[in-house]
Amino acid sequence: MSTTTTRGIARPAPAKGSQARPRRGLRGNPTFNFWLFTGPFLIGLVIFVFVPIGWSIWLSFFDARFTVTPSNFIGFDNYKTVLTDPNFTGSLVTFTVFAAFIVPTTWALSLSLALLVHRLRFMRAFFRSVFFLPTACSYVAASLIWKMSLFNGVRFGLANTVIGWFGADQVAWLANPSPPWYWLVIVTLRLWLQAGFYMILFLAALQNIPSELYEAASIDGAKPGWQTFRYITLPQLRATSTAVILLLLVAAYQAFDEFFNLMGKATWGQPPLVILYKTAIGVNQDYGQGSAGAVILTLLICVVTLFQGKIMGFGRGEESK
Amino acid sequence: MTTTMPPVDQPRRTRRGSVIGNTGIYIAVGIAALLFLLPFYLIVRNSLMQDPEITGENWKWFPTHIQWSNVTEPFHDVTVDFGRSMINSAVVGVLMTVGTLLVCSLAGYGLARIPYRHANKVFYLVLATLMVPTAVTFVPSFVLVSSLGWVDTYRGLIIPGLFSGFTCFLFRQYFLGFPKELEEAARVDGLGYWGAYWRIVVPNSLNFFAAMATITFISGWNAFLWPLVIGQDPSAWTVQVALSSYMTNQTVNYHLIFMATAISILPLVFVFLFLQRWLVQGIAQTGIKG
Repeated sequence: MSTTTTRGIARPAPAKGSQARPRRGLRGNPTFNFWLFTGPFLIGLVIFVFVPIGWSIWLSFFDARFTVTPSNFIGFDNYKTVLTDPNFTGSLVTFTVFAAFIVPTTWALSLSLALLVHRLRFMRAFFRSVFFLPTACSYVAASLIWKMSLFNGVRFGLANTVIGWFGADQVAWLANPSPPWYWLVIVTLRLWLQAGFYMILFLAALQNIPSELYEAASIDGAKPGWQTFRYITLPQLRATSTAVILLLLVAAYQAFDEFFNLMGKATWGQPPLVILYKTAIGVNQDYGQGSAGAVILTLLICVVTLFQGKIMGFGRGEESK
Repeated sequence: MTTTMPPVDQPRRTRRGSVIGNTGIYIAVGIAALLFLLPFYLIVRNSLMQDPEITGENWKWFPTHIQWSNVTEPFHDVTVDFGRSMINSAVVGVLMTVGTLLVCSLAGYGLARIPYRHANKVFYLVLATLMVPTAVTFVPSFVLVSSLGWVDTYRGLIIPGLFSGFTCFLFRQYFLGFPKELEEAARVDGLGYWGAYWRIVVPNSLNFFAAMATITFISGWNAFLWPLVIGQDPSAWTVQVALSSYMTNQTVNYHLIFMATAISILPLVFVFLFLQRWLVQGIAQTGIKG
């Protein structure tokens, strides 16, 4: 947008024509064209993003069970109820535990895969495709495989079959909160599904590391392997690593599909969005409390994304181009 | 690490070392690849077996007789209208991709290239929406869509998802890097903004459009939360909601649900095999910026 240069700036009455070049009616008029191009998107954005958020903030101050046009103003009661609801606060704990598992493991696995694939001389495209392929799978399909076959709690689940070969007893992977085996199911599922995606990001970053750096390090006596990785590769990947970690955090915050499908009926291990779904869409249909919950979650995620925006430079596109 | 110094003093040892190192890498990558393919194998195995074999006493790696007749079974299932859900997903996926690309690319171009005094303010409005992931606001969106009477309709499934601030942002970033000279030449030839966009900019940006289309279609096909919220009636279920319902059914028909899973993944596997170039490009270009 730094291109608001000499001839472009819109005049209130462009029909009078500018000195630079005669305009042919509206076709060359920047103001008209700006709204022509952005208008449909902006109208949709207002109707389907801004209006719902505003409406929801309004609803969150009302007793809005089974209705979206309530009349009973109750102030901050919905917020009080939500914040003291053990299910809701518990869901934030669930998210924290989940993030503590999934963020470091995905980071490490996708980085390792990228390093390995990057070193391959032949069949590189093949292996990249294999690791990337799970991205084609939906969380629902993956949940089905994990729940019905891989980690089926009965004898013929693959995991139970394998531990059976070593004489171990069957494990009800999902049906028990203690010991919390369900974390293994949930974390491996997401790890499998998203590692390839982040591997692609790391691969792109690895290809951008100038080879002169490795040559210089080698001349300075750095041993290939751990030393070059620790002092060249890792620092060079810092921007990508930070971005990946933030993306992983935001994605974990929005986790819904696999929790809903693997443990829909369970009363443990419920992340924020599942609680929100049960409050607002499930049997309760409490749009007031659901809205209050959504507002709280939105404010929480804003903190993270603002931080993310700072790091990744949203809105700084002008300077960088 | 691939670019170690050319071996000068001990060529043979280094080479042998690298051979051993390479073998190690291929073994590691091979094991990882097998683990990554394991879930896909399970889909194929279970979908082509009979139930007694799946639930049998001993683990069988391959079906004794491949049950090709399983392929059509999900479509004859009386509990879930799987065929209908596939059609719904296809319609939603395609219309969503076309609509999102149209609306967001136009807006991205307008923000990137058309000089207008308040363009920055408009851009910040778009940026503000990026702070809030759409999944978090499904309750507000549902409130709006249900009061429009769009529950259980294609409109309700598609339209609220079209106005993606993120896609618009990515298009804007892309167009900022588009060579200005091409458009200026078009302008000299007497084309307005609109004409230059459709005749010059779009035809020269097909790679980027293909990348965005692939990503949009995949996320549309795999979406679950919003279709679950909107699809209250089974006739409006997408394939993901249908799959989800199999898991809570009273009777479990293993070969059938795995065949349904296989069929639901198939379109995306094709997308992956044939459009991977654009997909990888798109992710590498855009993933980091987002």
